[in-house]
Amino acid sequence: MSAVDVQGLRIAFGGRIVVDDVSFTVEPGECVAIVGESGAGKSLTARALLGLLPDGASATTERLLVAGTDAGRLGESGWRSLRGRRIALVSQDALAALDPLRRIGREVAEPMEIHGLRADGGRVLALLESVSMPDAERRVRSRPHELSGGLRQRALIASALAADPEVIVADEATTALDATVQARILELLRGIADSGRAVVFISHDFAAVRRVADRVIVMQAGRIVEQGAVDEVMRSPRSDHARELVAASSPVPRPASPSSGAPLLRAVDLSKSFDRPAVVGASFVLRAGSTLGVVGESGSGKTTLARMIVGVQHPDSGALEWVSPQRVQLVHQNPLGAFDPRWTIGRSLREALQAAGAPRALRTKRSLELLAEVGLDGSLARRRPHELSGGQRQRAAIARSLAADPQVLVLDEPVSALDPTVRQRVLGLLSSLQRERALTMVFVSHDLAVIAAVSDDVLVMQDGVVVEQGAVADVFADPRHSFTRELLAAGR
Amino acid sequence: MKAAGLWIAGLYLALIALAAFAPDLLATHDPLQTDVRAALQPPSGAHLFGTDQSGRDVLARVVHGAARSAGIGLLATALALVTGLAVGALSGIAPRWADAVLMRVTDILLAFPEFLVALIVVAVLGPGGANVAIAVTIAAVPVYIRLARTQTRTLRVAEHVEAARILRVGRMRAFVRHVVPGVLGSLSVLATIGIGSAILAAAGLSFLGLGPAEPQPEWGLMLAGGRNVLGQAWWISVFPGLAITLTVISATVLGRALRARMEGRAA
Repeated sequence: MSAVDVQGLRIAFGGRIVVDDVSFTVEPGECVAIVGESGAGKSLTARALLGLLPDGASATTERLLVAGTDAGRLGESGWRSLRGRRIALVSQDALAALDPLRRIGREVAEPMEIHGLRADGGRVLALLESVSMPDAERRVRSRPHELSGGLRQRALIASALAADPEVIVADEATTALDATVQARILELLRGIADSGRAVVFISHDFAAVRRVADRVIVMQAGRIVEQGAVDEVMRSPRSDHARELVAASSPVPRPASPSSGAPLLRAVDLSKSFDRPAVVGASFVLRAGSTLGVVGESGSGKTTLARMIVGVQHPDSGALEWVSPQRVQLVHQNPLGAFDPRWTIGRSLREALQAAGAPRALRTKRSLELLAEVGLDGSLARRRPHELSGGQRQRAAIARSLAADPQVLVLDEPVSALDPTVRQRVLGLLSSLQRERALTMVFVSHDLAVIAAVSDDVLVMQDGVVVEQGAVADVFADPRHSFTRELLAAGR
Repeated sequence: MKAAGLWIAGLYLALIALAAFAPDLLATHDPLQTDVRAALQPPSGAHLFGTDQSGRDVLARVVHGAARSAGIGLLATALALVTGLAVGALSGIAPRWADAVLMRVTDILLAFPEFLVALIVVAVLGPGGANVAIAVTIAAVPVYIRLARTQTRTLRVAEHVEAARILRVGRMRAFVRHVVPGVLGSLSVLATIGIGSAILAAAGLSFLGLGPAEPQPEWGLMLAGGRNVLGQAWWISVFPGLAITLTVISATVLGRALRARMEGRAA
């Protein structure tokens, strides 16, 4: 008997059908991934399995069996006895999902108490050990904020496993984690499936899916467009959308640039501390017309390094030696924050043009040209930032940075908030802009695959230190530092 | 239901605005004309809201009082907004010691109940409509200063302000264009809700005889004028009282709706 059996799931949200005719089964011991971009309906589908749809959404099914229970017509109290005991959720944001005032041990024990199971200290400890929580005996007494993101996610998984449910639903459970941490959590989820539970894994990222799932369901605009074994779908996707998503998950490394440009910037022994050292003794060379990728995990100092190159932050020691004065511009990680929320995009562009010295009469015309250059329709100039999609906003932010006709563009995680296919298109835009404008770029990212696709040279940072640098092809082919090897392994 | 409430509040305030700008359209009697023979008449066809002890038409006095009563509250709110913005924004960019001095003064003002502060100020300045407006302003302004300072500090380091600076927009220009309008937005939201309490405070001071003097028509003053004959002639106090209550409620209802809209848009 299947652990999950859904037939004809349909979800309406405010009168609109957002999930339509979705049917699938998950067997015990199997991990099934549901993949799609934002708005595809994958999260709502997952929530419907738990009877946790948001207000205003209503679901109908022909059949909804969860661990042998007919959940199609359950009331709230029926769902409560099912949730935790038969099916449990692991969500993306462990910091929000865990009670900040409660110790981890209590959090893990709670589902057992709710369902009338014996919840002694030994059982809690065993659970934490089963999710490979290091130093579990001490962690039992920790509060969520005292744990790192990866350990929090482990604690959350332990509490999901506490009442021994047959089904685990992981909704983007590894998305916010650093690559090496993500790899370990994926391993853990795979182990949970191998131990005989059914795992439903929701993700937008085929790279993660490949490491954990047996079968994959690809959703687009509320419908299933393709499903099958992961290997098969990745090797020969039949639908256009699956093909796009698969391609986006494994960006093709950039061909090594034939000409090695002359050095434009020499950074010598840069250091910067805030409460603790952020960048320690970084030395590197930025070559004209090339892209320097800076890769590292959160807290590695890569953003601080980028901000020093832009000149927003000044190094405590060391020097940035520009060969000649350069116009440097920054593209922020979060374009929604980088635009004044009250201003239209057009007005923000005109302000940038004014600051760059463009005469008033030409500003409107130039702003429309900039929008066209990044592939946006001129009508978007009349919209405010929140009225644009994430991809449009990032394009608009790039357009604005071009207003000053920069020679060097520093991009801080410019695509990390975007859906895979949108990300691919923005990366394509950046490389064509680089060609046409002969731009030199510094590209900061936590994503090795993205760095590989856009960079000529790469700096690998860990704890503020540049642990490895060189041409991308060389570093990827023959990583010398153990951290680089770990990063590469996590991305594979 | 909610929409109906908004409509009623809006229509009522439109009526008050009409009374303030063109009172003669709503009331045919002269609000100052005394007529001892017609004193203490209950509401009737000739005098819809009745007459007071001197035989003056209560309807005419309520209508003609609108400009003064609502106007003092509005003026006080506007003054508090402008002063709060100026002082708060300056405090947000001032050196640490100047900021500390300004904030301690603000804290001291905040430590007293608003109405008490207003009373003290009028006691110092003397009675009169303008002085009541100033008193209500001073009582209300600390909250505006606090909010303006916090918002200034937040926006100064906001990403979009930094983005403008990186684009080489001048420091002063970025402040005036991106920080000040943002602060003003937050203060306006506070003001829409503050108008109601400002009108109430102004009416309260007038009731105590500290505002405009007889025979000028003003709601708080009329409320006080009828209080000794409440048993025989309820209409003298009840109608101006109703006018105050409805104005405060309507202003608050509209203010809340406006805030919900603006916060929805900013999110």
